[in-house]
This record gives sequence, structure tokens and C-alpha cells, in this order.
Amino acid sequence: MANEIKFILNGQEQVYDGNLAARLLDVLREKFNLTGTKSGCKEGECGACSVIIDGKLMNSCLIAMGRVDGSTILTIEGYSETERFLALSDAYESVSAVQCGFCTPGMILASESILSSNPHPSEEEVRIGISGNLCRCTGYNSIVKAIGIAAEKGSGLW
Amino acid sequence: MKPISKSIPKRDHLTKANGSAMYVCDYPTEDVLFGKLLRSGVPKANILNVKLPGLPEGYHYIDKNDVPGTNQVAIVLKDTPVFAESTVEHIGDPIGMIVGPNEHEVNRLLNETKIEYKELEPVFDVKKSDVVFFDYNYEKGDIEKAFIEADKIFEEEFETGLQEHMYLETNGLIADYSNGKIHIHGSIQCPYFVHDAVVHAMGIKHEDVSVAQDTMGGGFGGKEDHPSVMACQAAVAAYKLKKSVRIIYDRKEDVEATSKRHPSFCHYKVAVKDNHITGMQINVLYDAGAYTTLSPVVLQRGIIGACGIYNVPNLKVHGQARKTNTVPSGAFRGFGAPQTFFAVEMMMTHIAKDLGIDPVEFKLKHVSKQGELTSTSGKFHEPVPIPSMIDRVIKASDYYKKKEKYEKSTRLKSTHTKRYRRGIGLSAVYHGGGFTGNGERDLIKAVVKLKKDPIGNVEILTAITDMGQGINTVFAKIVSQELNLPIDRIIINYPDTSKVPNSGPTVASRSVMIVGELLRKAAAKLKEDWIDGREQIIEEHYKHPEFLIPFDLSTFYGDAYPSYSWAVNAVEVEIDTYTGCIDVIGAWGSFDVGTPIDENIVIGQMEGGFLQSIGYGMMEKMTAVNGRIRNNTFSDYIIPTAVDVPNMHVMLHVEDYSHGPYGAKGAGELPHVGGAPAVIDAIQNALGVTLNKTPFLAEDVMDVLRRQKSNG
Repeated sequence: MANEIKFILNGQEQVYDGNLAARLLDVLREKFNLTGTKSGCKEGECGACSVIIDGKLMNSCLIAMGRVDGSTILTIEGYSETERFLALSDAYESVSAVQCGFCTPGMILASESILSSNPHPSEEEVRIGISGNLCRCTGYNSIVKAIGIAAEKGSGLW
Repeated sequence: MKPISKSIPKRDHLTKANGSAMYVCDYPTEDVLFGKLLRSGVPKANILNVKLPGLPEGYHYIDKNDVPGTNQVAIVLKDTPVFAESTVEHIGDPIGMIVGPNEHEVNRLLNETKIEYKELEPVFDVKKSDVVFFDYNYEKGDIEKAFIEADKIFEEEFETGLQEHMYLETNGLIADYSNGKIHIHGSIQCPYFVHDAVVHAMGIKHEDVSVAQDTMGGGFGGKEDHPSVMACQAAVAAYKLKKSVRIIYDRKEDVEATSKRHPSFCHYKVAVKDNHITGMQINVLYDAGAYTTLSPVVLQRGIIGACGIYNVPNLKVHGQARKTNTVPSGAFRGFGAPQTFFAVEMMMTHIAKDLGIDPVEFKLKHVSKQGELTSTSGKFHEPVPIPSMIDRVIKASDYYKKKEKYEKSTRLKSTHTKRYRRGIGLSAVYHGGGFTGNGERDLIKAVVKLKKDPIGNVEILTAITDMGQGINTVFAKIVSQELNLPIDRIIINYPDTSKVPNSGPTVASRSVMIVGELLRKAAAKLKEDWIDGREQIIEEHYKHPEFLIPFDLSTFYGDAYPSYSWAVNAVEVEIDTYTGCIDVIGAWGSFDVGTPIDENIVIGQMEGGFLQSIGYGMMEKMTAVNGRIRNNTFSDYIIPTAVDVPNMHVMLHVEDYSHGPYGAKGAGELPHVGGAPAVIDAIQNALGVTLNKTPFLAEDVMDVLRRQKSNG
């Protein structure tokens, strides 16, 4: 196939020969059945579809498949197999920071993105770091608190 | 705090955190047909013709002619059609649906479908509408006498706008067909509402329908009535085609076609004698949109709360919900109360300012006390903790010092040359728990069940949905505590109407207070009758508390609610006079929901609701131009992010309710009542003006500043 691309998805190499203008979000959900990546707006506003591409937090609804050739993509399904996930998940759980849960996979990947570049962020840095991820349930306080707890208890992981 | 308040891990935590929880959009789509609605593009018209493109094999058009029962969606009334009969009443009114195996193809066919209309004159201005859906009146005392004897009479009108729920997960559901039976599952706040609506529209037997809730991405009232409409449409298609049919909205369709908070105008005329309010005459007008949906109940709650938390001896209240040719208004956290509480809280501050009295002192002088009459001549049977809650919020926020400082500075000329101005505001509100009046006794008649298996695990069976608010965890805690069983022996799943009794809808802040108490009683009975090794089923039915003064809906007389939850909110803002931008620099809230069954969960509810309410005050503006919603995405309907209210402090005050489980009262809606009036009060404090509308945005600030400038 002329238009074949390759990328690493959650640690495994994948070959894709479908529509290269398709949204990464749709391909993840429909072709790879990775439905932990949520669709909230399809215009890059809500962050529910956040994934990590080559170490950076991205809205997968705004990424065309053609752009991920050669990239390494991490979704919540892959991330939830890591120790860092466990530290974040425990922290979120301890303050009940998950309500409806629709923003949560994206929010957890945003948390990872903050801590991987800044293992001991200030509260303000945390708030800015998740400001691209909308949550309509919590008011954000518990999420901010959870990221602080993960940073402290998971010290050394990041 | 009682031991039960100590937080435990939420039951749905891990599956939501690791992405494995199944929302309706996550179900496989092989062998499922996609349904997409053909909607009216005009606000009012007769439909002359629907011209379909050639439909490929496997693609179908469904409309009113396919409805096997009655082309009505049973909500409170039955005026909402499943598909338009011969007229359309708002932009987005569903006319038909294209159904087929490929979503893109369905969209293409929909785009190529042409509708011919004969357009009719629409009504957009609720004040000019002559279609009155609901009209209620009540009074106590002698309002005429109060006006005659008054030293001073204050009159003012208040306006509130549309508010959109913006749950992260849009509305969606799937209808499955099998051997003449319909099964609906999806993002459904009230499964039995949907069940009854599908039975009515399909004309099939009650037992041939089942409705189940999937994991839900938020509701806030926005999935209370609308799923009934979608379920009827999907059921009609599934029944005709004998296949599963899925309807999931994209964001724009969800915003344009589903219900929102009622816009309102509230007119207040207030009699004051010796610096004390002696009477209020209040006219409330809610814009119901094109169909009645939940407007009667929303309006009832609105007018019952019209005099706020204050003891007003002479009161006359008139409320109307009128039709306009816009998307129907419906349920949204607070359910009619945020509008009137906004109005009365602003009114109180304006009168206090005119009389030269501090607004908080003025409010405190009028707060109802235990044993005093409510607006509807019921009684505040239990303590009213507002004074001590105000005290706590004032201390936490340093209210008086800031208020005085900011107020003084607005009177100094030098302030008017400074870029930033600050203000602080305070509101005090209540929310009545449970259905209004005798609703719980006469309409809902809640039933719950506990089912013990031979091993000794106990399953909770209710119709209450966990949309994220944490009710499954809370119910499990109540039953575990009462039975003295470890929490992991308690089973609770999302409800399916084929398995659970009808314990009523998940609305009105009733889940813990009403259904939770039924579960507690059932668990107490099970404990008493416990027989090892045997299956046992305990059923518990709602009983109306005997202490209540019966409520008469025709006169609005009696106890409208069995118990009241209370909130005091303070908000501090900083306004940039160059740009008009309003920054919330602090928010404090004291909330009394009785004993919290889980402290984290209750705090999460308070923080989330408080932020929505602040959004309603200074951010979330939605406009309809000629009946068309202009702000239909997250890009132009702005909800708060994590940086918008960085300093929010929630405190819990505990005043137990005698008939709630372990003293718990209603919680979910309370935090959405007082945020907006506190924000607007802060803005008026910063600008040195009186304000009468919400939301209030940067452009409104600029208007005020321009006026101040031109007035010198």
C-alpha cells in the first residue's frame, strides 16, 4: 500500500492503511477499540480525547492519521498498565476526584503530562496544566488535590 | 462528623479511571443501525413536504406514520410529539429520522433531504407570548394592607438567561428489538420516565419494554426529560426494522436540541415599614420554549422560593410559564429555584443599600426561624442554621473588612483611574429536598428492594441512577452500616426496569433523603429477619412523614418540602476596567445537607455545583437569535476551567433531618442556587452600582463603565 503508515500504540507497532485524513480519535475508538479515549466535542476544546503522542499531551480529535506516522502513542489503556497510573489512580480515589468519569482518562493523562515535565508542580502549575481538560462535575479542587497527592506519594516515579 | 461520613473509595472509581467503563458510545456498533434526526430549520411552520434523496438499500426514513401507538412523548403532559405531526414549533424540532448501517452515509442522506415549509409567525419574546402553559397564584397575609401602610415601596425587575448543562457526555441511547420486545439502554437519568414514555408511544405492554442505564457522563437534569423523546424515536425505528438503533448526538445537536435552564423575568414590588420588609408582590415569568416538558414543576419550585429564605408576612406570588418558539426549557440542577433566588437576593441587597443598612445585617434581620411560616404557610419544622453559617463564611472570607474597603474605594475619584477594582458579595439560600408538595406520596410512591442471596450478599434494587454523583457508593454505605456487613458484601448495579422496582426518578435532591431512608429501613428489617443460608427479599414503600402540613397544589398551601438544605456563599471578584474581564479571586461556601453520608462525595457535589453556579453568574451566556441557539459549542459557550476559580473553599454545616438516613438531607441541587447572586453582588460592590441580571459578562461591565464615565 502506498499510503501505509506505522506507529507505536501502547507499546505495540501498528500498521495502518486506512484514510489518512481520519481523526486519530475515531481510529482509536473504532479500529483499535480503545474506547477509553472519549469524544466530547471534536473541536479540541474539552480534552476528553487527550492522548500522549511522543511524550506530549494532544487532543486526538485534532490529529489526522497522516500526522502520527512514526509516532509513539499512549492512550489510557496503555497508561493504566503503568506504576505511575496506579499512583495517580490511588490519589484520585483518595479524594473521590472521579465523578461522571467522562473527562477522567484525559484528565489522568494530563496529570501524567504535568508530572513528567515537572515532578513537583505548584498548585497554580497544576491548574494551568489541566486547564485544557474540561470537567463539569467536580469543580476541579479534588483533581488538583489528587495530582498534588500523587506527586508527593509517587515521588521518584516521575 | 459521624462515622458513616468517613469517605470510602467510590465504587465506580477504577473502571472510570482506566477507561474500561462502558458508556453508551462505547458499545460495539456491528449490527447496529445509526439514527440521525431530520430537524426543523425554521422556528414555526406547517410542513408541506419532505423530499428524500434516493435511499440506498438498508437505509430507511422513519416518521410519525411509523409510530405504532400514540405520536406523543409522555412527560408531565403529552404535547411533545415523537415526530412532528404537521407543524414544527422550534428550530431543531424532530420531523423524521434517517436510519442505516453507515453513519457517514446517514449524514449524507440527511444533508440531501429537503423540507418544504409554509412558515408561520413565531414568537421569541416571552413577554409577548399569549400562550400561557401554566399559571399559578398564591398568597398569605394581606399584601394590599402592607402596601398601604408602607413607608417605602421598592419595585424592580430581574432577568436570568439560558443555561446549558454541558455534561461532557452528550445524550445518547440504543434501542434493541427482540421478539416484539424493546430494550433501551443509554445515558438515562430516569429509567422509569423513559419506560412509561416508550410504552405510551409504542402502544405495547409494560412488560414488553425494559430500560437500563449505562455508565453516564453527567446529567445535571439535562438527561431527565430528553431521553424519553429519543427513546421513543429509537424504539419506533427498532420496532419497524427489527434491529438495534443507536442515537447519539454530537455536541452541536445536543446543545441545540435538548433542554436548558428556563430564562426568566421576575418582577418584585416590596413594602418596607420601619426599615423592615412587610410584604412582597412577585410576578414570575418563565420562558418554557416550544413544549411544556417539565415546566409546571420547575415553575412551582421557582415561585415557592420567590421570597427566598426570608419571613415575609404578607406575600402575593403569581407565576407563569409561557410558550415561545425556541428549544424547550427543562430541568437543570436547582430546577426553577436559581432564577427566583437570584432575584430575591439581589432585591434584598438593593433595598438594604437604599436604606443605608449593611445587606448582610438586613438579610439576617429577615431570615426565617424554626417554627415560622414558609412562603406557602407551611412550617420550618427544623432549625434554620443560616446565622451561624453566615458567621462562618464572613470570617473565612473576611467579608466585612473587604466589603467596606471596596465600597469606600468606589466612592473615591482616584479609584476610577485605577485599572483593577475589587468587590465581594454574599448570598443565603435554601433548597427543599424531595418532590414539591405531596409529589412523593401521590405521584412517586417510591419502592425499594433488598435481595439477600443464600451466601449472605445483599443486592440493592432501586431505580436511582448514579450519573457520577456517587449514589451507588452512598447507598452501599447506608445498607452496609445498617446491616453491619462489610461493604464488599453489598451489590449494586446500574438500574434496569426489568429488575428494579420504581423508586422514582433521580431528581429533586431526593435520592439520599427519600430513597436512602427507604433502604435504611429495609436494611433494618432485613437485619431483624435475617436467616442464614436462605434467599430473602425485603420491600419497602414510601410513607409520608406525619409531621407535615398537607400541601394543596391548587392553593399552594402547606409544607412544600419536608426539609430544607441551606447554603451561604461569598464570592470576591477583581474587575479589569481596561477589558471588563471579571476574575473570581475567592469563593467561600457553607453548605448544610444534614449528615454527609460520604464527606468527599458531598464536598465534590458542593464544589462542582458551586462552580456551575458561578459560571451561571459571570460566564455562561447563551443566546438564541430568531429561535436559533448561537452558542452551540464549547468554543462559544464558555464553562469554567481549572484556572477560573482557583480559590474555592467549601465548608459543611450539619443540621440533621429527623427523617433522613442518619440525618441526611437533599444535597445535589443546593450548591447551584446561591453562586450567581453572590457573584453579581460582588460585581455590583466592585462597580458601585446595582445590577439586576445574570449572567453578567465583560461586555456588561464595559457598558457600566462607559455610563459611569459619561456621567462624570
